Amino acid sequence: MALPTYATKLERLWHYTYLVICAAIFFFLIAPIVVVIPLSFNVEPYFTFTDKMLSFDASGYSMRWYDSLLTFGMAKPEAPRDLSWWADVWQNAKWVQAAKSSLIVGFFATIVATVLGTLAALGLSRPEMPYRRAIMAILISPMIVPIIITATGMFFFYSNPCEPLTWIGLNPQCGRLAGTYLGVILAHATLGIPFVIITVTATLVGFDQSLARAAASLGANPRTTFFRIIMPLILPGVISGALFAFVTSFDEVVAVLFIAGPDQQTIPRQMWNGIREQISPAILAVATLLVIFSVALLTVVEMLRRRSERLRGVTPH
Amino acid sequence: MAQALDPHAAIVTEASGLAPEGALKTADGQPLARALARSSRRARRRAFLLVLPLLAFILITFVLPIGQMLQRSVKNDGFSANMPQISAWFHANPRGTEPDEVAWGALAADLKASAEAKTIGVVGTRINYEMAGTRSLFTSAGRKVRDGLAPPYREAVLALDEKWGDPKLWSVMREASSPYTGNFYLAAMDRTRDAEGNMVQAPEEQRIYIRLFMRTFWLSAVITCTTFLLGFPIAHLLATLPMRKSNLLMILVLLPFWTSLLVRTTAWMVLLQQQGVVNDILVWLGVIRDDQRLQMIFNQTGTIIAMTHILLPFMILPLYSVMRTINPSYVRAARSLGATSWTAFRRIYFPQTLPGLGAGALLVFILAVGYYITPALVGGSSGQLISNMIAMHMTQTLNWSLAAALAALLLLGVLALYWVYDRLVGIDNLKLG
Repeated sequence: MALPTYATKLERLWHYTYLVICAAIFFFLIAPIVVVIPLSFNVEPYFTFTDKMLSFDASGYSMRWYDSLLTFGMAKPEAPRDLSWWADVWQNAKWVQAAKSSLIVGFFATIVATVLGTLAALGLSRPEMPYRRAIMAILISPMIVPIIITATGMFFFYSNPCEPLTWIGLNPQCGRLAGTYLGVILAHATLGIPFVIITVTATLVGFDQSLARAAASLGANPRTTFFRIIMPLILPGVISGALFAFVTSFDEVVAVLFIAGPDQQTIPRQMWNGIREQISPAILAVATLLVIFSVALLTVVEMLRRRSERLRGVTPH
Repeated sequence: MAQALDPHAAIVTEASGLAPEGALKTADGQPLARALARSSRRARRRAFLLVLPLLAFILITFVLPIGQMLQRSVKNDGFSANMPQISAWFHANPRGTEPDEVAWGALAADLKASAEAKTIGVVGTRINYEMAGTRSLFTSAGRKVRDGLAPPYREAVLALDEKWGDPKLWSVMREASSPYTGNFYLAAMDRTRDAEGNMVQAPEEQRIYIRLFMRTFWLSAVITCTTFLLGFPIAHLLATLPMRKSNLLMILVLLPFWTSLLVRTTAWMVLLQQQGVVNDILVWLGVIRDDQRLQMIFNQTGTIIAMTHILLPFMILPLYSVMRTINPSYVRAARSLGATSWTAFRRIYFPQTLPGLGAGALLVFILAVGYYITPALVGGSSGQLISNMIAMHMTQTLNWSLAAALAALLLLGVLALYWVYDRLVGIDNLKLG
């Protein structure tokens, strides 16, 4: 944003003030995320920079909080670190268990959300789709409705999924979904679906329907057309939608608090407990790992977005 | 699938010109209008079938649970299901009837049956929702009537506890004798019923919910304003910089957006604590003394700062996408016609950003109104929002019907805002990065 040559002195002054303000706001956006990284290496159990850390004294830093992520919950944390120690970590360490739960739930929730969401997005972007606006509004609503309301409803539904059938006079018996992996996966799929719909329909907006027609005129059947022509073109959108759905699940805590059982102790739930009970720099170590994780995801999504724009011939402005 | 994409093309090209009757026909001799209608019906059905699985999924896992919650907000059969005889007496006798010996007998019998079925706690809890301190009345009566009471029942029950004669208690029991009630909505709006069943304001010290709703809306409005004040310059900078630079700076906006909510909230807890980094810097700069460290967290300030940070990308992204499309020559034209840079901004540039501003502000406000995690962790007691109250009734007081009623009221507000958003912006225009 270059200043025009005819700018007055006052305008120049304002221009530089404006740039300083913008820099301050960027600092506000990024600083909180960056600051947890060095603090997670603090040797002391404090949440502030010690004098040793500020003078870059190596003895002020340590990996102890990362180590505690492994040892917390272990049967024999003091044992020598051989293969059986690592087996103990894999079996018992609380944070490792949490990571496993999060990955299981996230993986399956993402699959459900992505498959259903992509199909629906294909239907929604057809011009013939009836009641498009109303249906879109319903499908996006899990993102808009406050999570506490969704979780409250799910709490009632998942503890007795057959109750709504009694409204129409039936009286079947069925098991609880609350406290099972299936319940949490379905809940997280529901919450991730709006993101898949939004990203995939956004990709389909620029989709050239004549490509599909061309494939058909060359003798491809609908399935071949879908897998060979449509899918490769919308794949970047589908993958970023899937990543959004995964992140939603990976970061979700309220629904888990309401419907999960003790077995579905996910990372956010473990963090939530940690923050509310005995907040220690171990939380910052987890936070740092999650920041690295989100940097990686952001990189992938940005690359996909650029690839998608290139594929669809959308030139940057 | 591809043939279905444009069935009209094939039909039109094969249409065999004017038929004898003067109507257009397809190759196989059908009237063109009908063939077209049928093929468009088929196309509509195909599109709908693609959406159907997801629609069914959302209806079952999302809409149905919310319906169940709404039902819970008007239904609570804790009393009526476990105290059938006295409930029947209430139905048979209009309000204002003095409880006669039949009523006292029914009450004594129900108390005994309920105590034996171990549901007396549920009954007491139901009455306790509307009249504090009555749960123990029921449970202790339940313990005492195990051996049964002898007539006259009025004296026998009153001998258990004088409070059984309280007309307010009888009024509340009458209210609870029907499984469906609107009283949880009354409670959610700080209203209650007096002994005659009239709606009155709750006692001063119990009026908390309306104030909490007001606070939620007020804080959300404040947060919307702060995100606007911080987001506008950033969006403007990103929109006017060359693409390469703005893409780079955009990462600084998107990184917080992709970072876990709990991580960002934890970061603010760490920064804003009394022994935290911000206070340390202020002390070091000499702005405040060491014994006057600021309380910036576990209060409204903490909620506002952390939520502004978390919701800022939702303001920047829509603003940015609108500002990108603004043609810079309008502002230049204004300047060349003699407008000062401020006038050009105010009269020419700013009005063009309004669609983005509206979209961002509505989105931030909608998200802020329902926020739970951040206020719960950094809000202390003065920074709690209505969501936190709903969670408290769900997990601590276990007054699920009241939680459901509060949630229904919040849902109503959010859906109204959602409708406005759809009208003004259109949900199809929602963008994520």
